[in-house]
Amino acid sequence: MSSSEGNLLLQAKSVTHFFGGLCAVSEFSLDLKAGELVGIIGPNGAGKTTVFNLITGVYRASRGSITFNGAGTGAGTELVGRTPNQITRMGIARTFQTIRLFKDMTVLDNVRTAHYSLVGYSAPEALFHAGRYQVEERRITDNALDLLAAFKLDSLAGEQAKNLPYGSQRRLEIARALATRPKLLLLDEPAAGMNPKEINQLMEFIQWVRREFDLTIILIEHQMRLVMGICERITVLDFGATIAEGLPHEIQNNAKVLEAYLGQEAVG
Amino acid sequence: MANRRVLPIVLAVGLILSFAIPALGLLDRYIQLILMYVGINIILATSLNLVNGYMGEFSVGHAGFMAVGAYVASILTVRVFPPGTEAFLFPVALIAGGLVAALAGLIVALPSFKTRGDYLAIVTLAFLMIVKSVIENIEAVGGPRGFLGMSKLTTLPWTFVWMVITLWVIRNFIYSNYGRGVISIREDEIASDLMGVDTKRVKLLAFTISAFFTGVAGGLFAHVLQFINPRVFDIIKSTDILIMVYLGGIGSLSGSIIGATIYTVLLEVLRPLGVWRMVLMPLVLVFLMIYRPRGIMGLREVRWFVPGYDLLASRLWRQARAEASPAGKEASDVL
Repeated sequence: MSSSEGNLLLQAKSVTHFFGGLCAVSEFSLDLKAGELVGIIGPNGAGKTTVFNLITGVYRASRGSITFNGAGTGAGTELVGRTPNQITRMGIARTFQTIRLFKDMTVLDNVRTAHYSLVGYSAPEALFHAGRYQVEERRITDNALDLLAAFKLDSLAGEQAKNLPYGSQRRLEIARALATRPKLLLLDEPAAGMNPKEINQLMEFIQWVRREFDLTIILIEHQMRLVMGICERITVLDFGATIAEGLPHEIQNNAKVLEAYLGQEAVG
Repeated sequence: MANRRVLPIVLAVGLILSFAIPALGLLDRYIQLILMYVGINIILATSLNLVNGYMGEFSVGHAGFMAVGAYVASILTVRVFPPGTEAFLFPVALIAGGLVAALAGLIVALPSFKTRGDYLAIVTLAFLMIVKSVIENIEAVGGPRGFLGMSKLTTLPWTFVWMVITLWVIRNFIYSNYGRGVISIREDEIASDLMGVDTKRVKLLAFTISAFFTGVAGGLFAHVLQFINPRVFDIIKSTDILIMVYLGGIGSLSGSIIGATIYTVLLEVLRPLGVWRMVLMPLVLVFLMIYRPRGIMGLREVRWFVPGYDLLASRLWRQARAEASPAGKEASDVL
């Protein structure tokens, strides 16, 4: 566990978002402590991915506030209104429900691209390959190769990302996210398309990543095995509203949750 | 690796030839002219490839940047520079033309941030029309009648030098942090933004650099032709550059060289066909798009253009792979 228990890393307060007249997320609140692993579950269209998009700045919340204790910024920096790259720079990284790698770039360049904000040379130095260019490129490439080695992808560094098998693409997406040096990692359905055996491996993998990179994780998932297996706390969304919050075993027996997933009749 | 030692020799031979050909009259003047057009078109294709090929945007306004560069450079050499110094100050005129074109690029890029693809194409098309009508309405530069009086300052060596500078700078840009940003925008702009890439800044840089070299090419072009008018820089000119880029291959410097060379030379070779060449060329393009939609070199690159450190990176991962495989392990045990 992280040493900073009790220290709030991310705080979402009554975050509400509309798409036109449709309320996609309503009054979403979350207090996330450093080092936690929290799950967000809910039926399709419940607004889970929208929550990630609101945190990372892809959408700007219609109402509410999201604060983050990021690197280099003051405690409780407001995220709403910032661009995705600014938020990433503060220490929030994510993966995507459907893999969104840079397909025609090499595995190495996928990870090097994510080093963008960590590169210490200016545009003129880039244009003439002068000054700090060589040293910095060497550093970034070594970092990227180390990261790929940790994910057992180093032997594929020169392959185009689109040529990787599905499981490796998933791993590369996490490696790429980690290259931005996050404190908080958002995983959007990491187990999508995996069989039970692969899900067991993924659970170990997520625990390993969390320890190794000292991360706080929020995870969206449909696979209950995974959520119940590794999440410490769970938030359940349905039609944009938070219908339950609590420990895994509490959620499993929550009447509202069963109703949302199985329909009213089944509960009765 | 031996290839890399050949490159300086190729450049030196190219430079010497560019001086020797006109001085010794090795080729007839018509072929020298074609060579200059090839060089200028390589600059144009490389610049446009940065925006359309590497970044995946779609600019059809590059003839506008060319016009800006051509007019600025021409006004400088004809009206501003003291007589007798214009040959000496020619590079200054070209750079000035490039800088004003870059400024125009900045002005076009800023409001088009929120647009992409088709929408950016419309914005750049509007820009092209504005440039054309502005020039047509400035009587001081000849309005629709055009501007003349330029000496033939564009020479084979100048064309060669500017072509090499353009290729070198754009190569450097692509093989840098910003270049990876540019390519990642083409691949997936939202993912790129979420990986920390300052997409606004990267787009702005790419567009400005592209406009700069297009402006320089415009200046060179004006001083070959020695006469420019607004109609020279219309949508057909933009289309020519687009064809060179898509023929040679998107996202490839060697592709831009090949595309510009083939297109320029083919148009000349087919000149006896008269109007029919304008039927043949589009047909070539249609078949190319069907059978090789990314162009001849699409997204591939000749090793000469890959900087030394990137080749080192590729060697590193090959080593890592050799070590990971049992064969590699045995080999190291033996040693």
